Amino acid sequence: MRYNEPSPHEVKVLTKRFELPNSASLDTYLATDGFKAFFKAMEMSPEQILEEIKISALRGRGGAGFPTGMKWGFVPRNSPKPKYIIVNADESEPATCKDRLLMEFDPHQLIEGILIAAKIIDARKGFIYIRGEFRYVIEHMDRAIAEAYSRGYLGKNIQGTGFDFDLYTHTGAGAYECGEETALLDSIEGKRGVPRMKPPFPAVVGAWQCPTILSNVETFSSVPVIIRDGGAAFAALGTPKNGGTRMICLSGHINKPGVYELPVGMNLLKMIYDVGGGIPGGKKLKAVVPGGSSCPLLKAEECDVAMDFDSLTKIGSMLGSGGTVVLDETTCMVKFAHRIMKFYAHESCGWCIPCREGTTWLRKMLERFHNGMGQKSDIPLIDELAKNMFGRTFCALGDAAAMPTMSIVEKWPEDFEAHLDGRPCPFAHANEMAMA
Amino acid sequence: MTFSPKLEEKFAKMLESYPVGRTRSAVIPMLLYAQDEVGCITHELIEEVARRCKVTPLQVDEVVGYYSMLHRKPLGKYHVQVCTNISCLLTGGEELYEHASKKLGLGNKEVTPDGQFSLEEVECMGACSWAPAIQINYDFHHKVTPETLDKLIDDLRKAQ
Repeated sequence: MRYNEPSPHEVKVLTKRFELPNSASLDTYLATDGFKAFFKAMEMSPEQILEEIKISALRGRGGAGFPTGMKWGFVPRNSPKPKYIIVNADESEPATCKDRLLMEFDPHQLIEGILIAAKIIDARKGFIYIRGEFRYVIEHMDRAIAEAYSRGYLGKNIQGTGFDFDLYTHTGAGAYECGEETALLDSIEGKRGVPRMKPPFPAVVGAWQCPTILSNVETFSSVPVIIRDGGAAFAALGTPKNGGTRMICLSGHINKPGVYELPVGMNLLKMIYDVGGGIPGGKKLKAVVPGGSSCPLLKAEECDVAMDFDSLTKIGSMLGSGGTVVLDETTCMVKFAHRIMKFYAHESCGWCIPCREGTTWLRKMLERFHNGMGQKSDIPLIDELAKNMFGRTFCALGDAAAMPTMSIVEKWPEDFEAHLDGRPCPFAHANEMAMA
Repeated sequence: MTFSPKLEEKFAKMLESYPVGRTRSAVIPMLLYAQDEVGCITHELIEEVARRCKVTPLQVDEVVGYYSMLHRKPLGKYHVQVCTNISCLLTGGEELYEHASKKLGLGNKEVTPDGQFSLEEVECMGACSWAPAIQINYDFHHKVTPETLDKLIDDLRKAQ
């Protein structure tokens, strides 16, 4: 199955090997600049490596977009405790399907990124936490790791550098919340994935209470090219303070769905129409989920925007995980809001009341509303409930549930009003037509 | 309680991989991999995992309800998981689930009397750009239509 329809707009940096035969093999990796960055990093000090990553303006590719150089710099390198690398490969944010591709088609790029991160903090052990449903990815990654070990790119005295590192995969078992970094840490300790108080941050108190670098697959995968070609070159691909490329996962009502590596800061409309081929049937654009279901949605009029972290924050949304979903005029926003809330209510870990009860109440209200049993007073009430959840939950899942809900209620009140007085969903027929 | 030689080898390596004294970390992977062989999380399995990971049975039991992929009752030999989350919702995932439900004669998390099939409406499985997506056990199927779903199920039925 092809992962996209090739587009001239792609800037293939992380995905440059994807089309090669045997792209995942170590030989292919070594023949295409593989591990050059690792040897370079072995000659650099931790400060030099961090500096290069800061210059690159790489920001977390999991969803929060925190500057990676800064985040990794928080690890107390002088701590007597052992240090760990944890890769967040939980990839469960709705609309996101990129990390599986990076592990499937270029696992050694990820391994090299992990090793460079390990060099910064002198970590000797790392784990790739992969969601349980991605069993084929786990097996694939295990094979790549075994190959790296057999050729001396993992284990003791890697390629004669004196650097030791052991890497393992660790399977999840079905839990979106385990993509939250502190919940992931509890899960990898063998417990329920319940988040921890921050601060302390994982950089200081992380895996098994030790200093840890914990980042997303794509974030680690971006590091080799940054060290090999320099941070400035990576930064130049994007916009100021938003460096590099991103793997954008286009989905929904789009002619050419797929995962495309595009420069950070590319215009969203250009992504939809030039890369994605526009909307099937020539339908009108209604809404866009810019970066995963946790983001405030954008109205069609708001889509003339650069897809970088800062530009989207400025208009009240987020670049998030890079999962870009296109919604056309046949979409019922109430039904969409309900489905989103059904997800968060299910995935809520249950630890704190505002999230556990809030997501459940909102799901029930949106379900009742969509079924024609809503009242006009429900509309501001849904908004108020979401606002009361926002910022008051133990972790960001509560915010993630609140943000899209508030955006939908505030931006598409007419969809809500159309369901009042027991009226049937005006979009139900439109959907049947589309499916026929 | 013992598992297949392959799994025993895997578990032995697993227990060695975590930091010293941290065998509790193996609990969830061990439960999931063992479930593939045993069929579901039984009381006996919980005690076995607790013993191997050097934790109490309660410390194992208490995680089972949290993780969606762990189940205390057996599912079908072929567990059909249909995603209806946002990207799949927009491309016919809900209709696909309804179709699967009718085809198999099953509701959510139900198992056919002969134990061959079970059905579950699942959350995002990370195949959004190739929606609608389903999984049968661990195998992904992308851009699924009611027709291709019918064929997948019919082929599995014939294979018995």
